[in-house]
Amino acid sequence: MQRQRLYNLLTVALLLTVTLGGLVYTQLAASAYIQRIVVGLGISIILVVSLNLSNGFTGVFSLGHVGFMAIGAYSAAILTLPLALKRVNLPDLPGWLANVELSFLPATLIGAVLAMTVALLIGLSLMRLSGPYVAVATLGFLVIVQVVLVNWASMTRGSRTFSGVPSFTTLWWVWGWVILTVYAIWRLVNSSYGRRMMAIRDNEIAAQSLGISVVRSRIIAFCVSAFFTAVAGSLWAHFILSFSPKAFYFVETFSIITMLVLGGSGSVSGSIVGAVFITVLSEVLRNAERGISIASFHIPPMYGASQILIAIVFIVVIIFWPKGLLGDREIHFNRLWSLLLPPKKRKGGL
Amino acid sequence: MLRFENVHVYYGQVHALKGITGEVHEGELVAILGANGAGKSTTLMSVSGILKTRTGKIIYEDKDLTQASPYNIVQLGVIQCPEGRHIFGGLTVLENLLMGSVRRRDRSEVKKDIDWVCSLFPVLGERAGQTGATLSGGEQQMLAIGRSLMSRPRLLMLDEPSLGLAPVIVQTIFDVIRKLHEQGVTILLVEQNARKALQVADRCYLMETGSVVLSGTVEELRGNPEIERFYLGG
Amino acid sequence: MTSVEFFIQQAINAISIGSLYALMAIGLAMVFGILRLINFAHGDLIMVGSYATLMLLGAGLPFWLAAFGGVVTSTIAGLIMERIAYRPIRGAPDVAMLLTSFAVTILLENAAILIFNPTAKPFPAPAILRDALQFGNLRVASLDIVAIVVAFALLVSLTLFVTRTEVGISMRAASEDLLAARLVGINVNAVIAYAFAIGSMLAGVVGILWSIRVGRIDPFMGFYPVLKAFVASVIGGLGSLPGAVLGGYVLGILEIMLQGLLPASLSPFRDGFVFAALIILLLFRPNGILGSTEREKI
Repeated sequence: MQRQRLYNLLTVALLLTVTLGGLVYTQLAASAYIQRIVVGLGISIILVVSLNLSNGFTGVFSLGHVGFMAIGAYSAAILTLPLALKRVNLPDLPGWLANVELSFLPATLIGAVLAMTVALLIGLSLMRLSGPYVAVATLGFLVIVQVVLVNWASMTRGSRTFSGVPSFTTLWWVWGWVILTVYAIWRLVNSSYGRRMMAIRDNEIAAQSLGISVVRSRIIAFCVSAFFTAVAGSLWAHFILSFSPKAFYFVETFSIITMLVLGGSGSVSGSIVGAVFITVLSEVLRNAERGISIASFHIPPMYGASQILIAIVFIVVIIFWPKGLLGDREIHFNRLWSLLLPPKKRKGGL
Repeated sequence: MLRFENVHVYYGQVHALKGITGEVHEGELVAILGANGAGKSTTLMSVSGILKTRTGKIIYEDKDLTQASPYNIVQLGVIQCPEGRHIFGGLTVLENLLMGSVRRRDRSEVKKDIDWVCSLFPVLGERAGQTGATLSGGEQQMLAIGRSLMSRPRLLMLDEPSLGLAPVIVQTIFDVIRKLHEQGVTILLVEQNARKALQVADRCYLMETGSVVLSGTVEELRGNPEIERFYLGG
Repeated sequence: MTSVEFFIQQAINAISIGSLYALMAIGLAMVFGILRLINFAHGDLIMVGSYATLMLLGAGLPFWLAAFGGVVTSTIAGLIMERIAYRPIRGAPDVAMLLTSFAVTILLENAAILIFNPTAKPFPAPAILRDALQFGNLRVASLDIVAIVVAFALLVSLTLFVTRTEVGISMRAASEDLLAARLVGINVNAVIAYAFAIGSMLAGVVGILWSIRVGRIDPFMGFYPVLKAFVASVIGGLGSLPGAVLGGYVLGILEIMLQGLLPASLSPFRDGFVFAALIILLLFRPNGILGSTEREKI
């Protein structure tokens, strides 16, 4: 056990060093374009890892998580919007809200707690459902959120663009949250709570017979996952600076799910791998959409082609690697450490 | 009629059948005995083409079944009545029986066969319009066997027909099995209830964790200490 | 107009819309019953059929022929979808199949954007179908009458199909117990193809009726219908054919009722209320109205 703890410490140290190093490099030496991609990647990682907590680890297949992202984004943005802009853009805000202007962290946290509360409420009704019923019900949640966003114009400006959001999101904010999220979810998954969740996912009836409270475990996972998803929403809102309800609907949902499926649901490191892969692929394809010239052969611009290709990638992955690239295993550095620090031979065997 | 040649079957990573070799001659009633997990059902599923044989051959009357699809195997007259009944709960008794005849070419005989099946199991005739789900366990088992008979099987494979049923019903079912055997239907019977199986069988194979550990005629096996252990243990 | 006449008017409206939802939901239910696949891309079959009809109309065909061609195109599209995207993943966990259907949806929608335009195109329907008939104070759109009659005819034919024909009974058998169906000798591939073909054909028909109703078509037109078809299926109990029909009409009635009952300030939220009603229903009947209330038995 001692050895394993040492290895774990080394792994954490390695990951932190690499991440910090990468961030410093990006901040100092990379172009603005690359910086934006790295920020976007961080947000995607938070979204996928959180979604995995619900879908992959507890088997609650939520199609509505982007709804929590929207709650986080809109709540935080409404709270951080400068007072002057509030008067202009949101003239019908209720009095107590119209006079509030918060800084980034409190606004984000409030949005996240709000999302978590909503998750608790709908979770209570959804957690008894299984399989396709959960999927359709959470999709219903997504639609309800969309309908509310589009119609509660006094709060959200309805379907018009919500703009003027202060540009608070930096590389460091995002990746700070990434580290926090990954750490929190890793700890949760590897705790006794996590083991209970996975037992439920694998065999609900057996788990119940062992006395595990299915509903309670699922709700905890659902709420934690909603919390971090909302945080990602807030980060995104303060990055993109203007958005509308359409950004929190079907396309976004599919994008996150593709990353999840590619990396492997049930694996935290898989989610990260999936997010990286799809982010890079999307960028490459999006550039190609503008048309490529290879010698004298010109491929004309095909907007929307990147979506088609990603959909094809998805179908291919599901057919050939149904468990994703990592399945439910994690990347372990144990072999690396045991190479570098070979265990001492013990006399007489273990 | 049916021959297994060193058949190996895998359930994903699990090596479920480890080189099964054996045969069933025309007109015989052969029983496969063994505890849970021995591979008995797996054997029947590989004959039916539901599970794929990785290596080895299953030969039925000179035809290699190992690559054939399930509905072609049924067309040849190799019919399985699976463990756990598996009747169509939402369909009526009559519709269930009709489903047994989907692969038959001689449609005109179907009505006659329905009458015949109902003469073997009168309760089915009484409940012809009821849905399968409303039948009792024993009645469902009779329906399952009746449905298999509707296919006019040349080789009938029964998987645990007595499972979970009251002794009286078990007796009825085994009486029908004996009657079919007397009429010349070749039967491959998988059973945990070794006593009842040995009463009707000609020969037996005893399986344990994917292999055949013992085989022989019923006379040879009576008094065999393995079987004794199996009676008391299994 | 008396309140009785108003009621009849609304009832016809509800039944007409409900018919469309019911036909859509049946297509979903047939496939779900056998494969446990929630085919999101079912909605895009509406889109495919409508665009095909538009193209045939543009080629000079009379409306009825073009509509027929559109339905045929939907059917073929559905069969191709099954063969290429769904057959290779048969046996995969339910969520994998659901997600694959999402992927197919995105593929089809974006392909439509590339080939046609993202902007909506008008859908020219013959005058008779756009007219309304007067019965005293009642104004009944002829489209509503057509929808109800067509739905009725299709539902009757389908009922006969699944209870009297061998293929139909095989389909029901396959959705009850796929293993037993295979052991009995049912050619499951063929049965699944039938299910997709029938469902896609129904989607094609709904597509034409829907396009006439709305008056224009666009690549995303299938999204709301399939969502509604889902809700209808879930209301009635996923996988159950009578449930799908029941759910479709319940949903139609619910929508019209809410439209009438909600105060004007809340009426844009109508779809939200429909989904909220769905979630509440699932609280009490987790398997839909006609779904079993039993918890899963071991």
